[in-house]
Amino acid sequence: MQSSLGTKSTPIIQPVQRRRPRYGRIFTIVLFLLPAAAVYIYFVILPIGQSVFYSLFRWNGLGPLENFIGLDNYTKALGDKVFVGALSHNLLIAVLSIVIQLPLSLVLALLVARHLPGRSVFRMIFFLPYVLSDVTTGVIWSFVYKPDNGLLNTALRNLNLGDGQAWLGTPNLALYAVFVVMCWKYFGFHLILYVAGLQQIPADLEEAAKMDGASNFQVLRHITVPLLGGTIRISVFLSILGALQYFDLIWVMTLGGPVNASETMATYMIKNGFQRFQLGYGSAVGVILFLVCFVFSLAYQRMVLHRDLAGSGALT
Amino acid sequence: MLKTDSFSSRARSLEGQKILGYIPRYVISIVVSLLVLIPLVTTALGGFKTNGELQSAPFDLPRAFLWDNYSKILTASNFWRQILNSSIVMVATVALILFIASLAAYIFARLNFPGRELIFNFFTLGMLFPLTVAVLPLYITLRQANLLDNLLGIILPQVAFSLPVAIFILRGFFRGIPMELEDAAYIDGCGSFGFFWRILLPLSRPALATVGVLNLVGSWNNFLLPLLVLNKEDLWTLPLGVMQYQGQYGSDWASIMAFVTLSMIPAVIFYFLAERQLVAGLTAGAVKG
Repeated sequence: MQSSLGTKSTPIIQPVQRRRPRYGRIFTIVLFLLPAAAVYIYFVILPIGQSVFYSLFRWNGLGPLENFIGLDNYTKALGDKVFVGALSHNLLIAVLSIVIQLPLSLVLALLVARHLPGRSVFRMIFFLPYVLSDVTTGVIWSFVYKPDNGLLNTALRNLNLGDGQAWLGTPNLALYAVFVVMCWKYFGFHLILYVAGLQQIPADLEEAAKMDGASNFQVLRHITVPLLGGTIRISVFLSILGALQYFDLIWVMTLGGPVNASETMATYMIKNGFQRFQLGYGSAVGVILFLVCFVFSLAYQRMVLHRDLAGSGALT
Repeated sequence: MLKTDSFSSRARSLEGQKILGYIPRYVISIVVSLLVLIPLVTTALGGFKTNGELQSAPFDLPRAFLWDNYSKILTASNFWRQILNSSIVMVATVALILFIASLAAYIFARLNFPGRELIFNFFTLGMLFPLTVAVLPLYITLRQANLLDNLLGIILPQVAFSLPVAIFILRGFFRGIPMELEDAAYIDGCGSFGFFWRILLPLSRPALATVGVLNLVGSWNNFLLPLLVLNKEDLWTLPLGVMQYQGQYGSDWASIMAFVTLSMIPAVIFYFLAERQLVAGLTAGAVKG
């Protein structure tokens, strides 16, 4: 690569646009983009397109695609109580995350963001569950929730708080029990986002407000939280998107049961698509799942993230 | 407005308040830490117990540390096989992502050509498509390509679905590298690839580490795709192994806990080594994007 200057025929000082020969430029662009484009189109774009196509057929995934049924798969899904229930579970998880998980993460982030000696140790502990796999987490918590002598029921008995429950086996409790595990696993992630956001707020601003006589709560309410707005809006966004697509922990802990009580759109899709060999129908569920996420993303970005993203050119 | 004479006493009382204020903060932080750690520690200790002991006293320390559960797993080949498979998938995924995404990010960051933003947006659009949504047709695609029961059937889709975020983060970093360096490299006779390989990538180590660590964790923990793609037992990755072990050993919770504990160890070690990069990666993907 390192040819000596003497062998180059082009002058050393040249206009910026002509640093590279033109034919080489196009060649470079194509060559550098090709691997990414090939993998991305083949494994991301093509399957997304295919799922729309498959969703219009009754198809078991094996034979030829000949049973065209139009939008029947969609009307069937939207008319199925189990699917509508799954959708409502996704929404419930989203709401619970926003109402419980995120405020909890924010409060803890405020506690361990600054000043407190030993804060990095706490942060490290809080963030630890995030790196464990959902499967590991699910198995550990299956033991916590085990009806006979699980950790939770044993703890309740030792504290004389009753004999406990079959947490994952009771339809009214299963989804909430799984939600607690989601909080346990993911609060550290949101906390890390908030800590990063807090570190970008200049300490002078808060100190100045205190000098002017603002109470700690007033500083928090009028300075810290508003300045953290961008981070909070992103965290809400990620939380809702995650809730809409949730699969792993539920599959490990309850398989969507008992009696579909903790079903989500993703577990419903996998059950119908793979276990019952209805790939056309499963694809339709996938498309609905995608549309829900897509409409939400667009609406949220237009209405909420708009000002944060202005000028960054991201996620247009 | 504060009067100057009350200022110093106020500062002193602030100092006092600060130390008092630590106490509730410590109490809350310690309680939450315990809630995080207790399930993990009881799991690790549970692996040293007999099933009877685990039933009667799940919170207690093991009466005698029993190594059988752990040694049974460590001497069988399954566990090591799964560690190996997970490692192969992880290393291949990350290496490919870094290489492919850097190439594309370089073009988007440093070359001007008509339609560049359009193509870039086409790539970042992928951030809206999580793997879950496309997994059924992806399965068909993999079957047509003969990639079922093949580790490549995990690696390539993982690369594909990680590209949008990777390209996005790397482009941001590449843009910050001064143009003069590139001009100097061309004057010295570097080609585009020479500049990319010898100058841009070495200078971008922090960003590459960030993207790499993020994907190491994602790949190591991936569950849905291996669940659908890998049926052959000797190809299973660790999450599949954990799930299958729980199914197979049913009520032998002491063994299950030993297996789960062993499966956590690589992730935890990795976490302590690379926490900084992981945090940087997550916040780069979220806070700035």
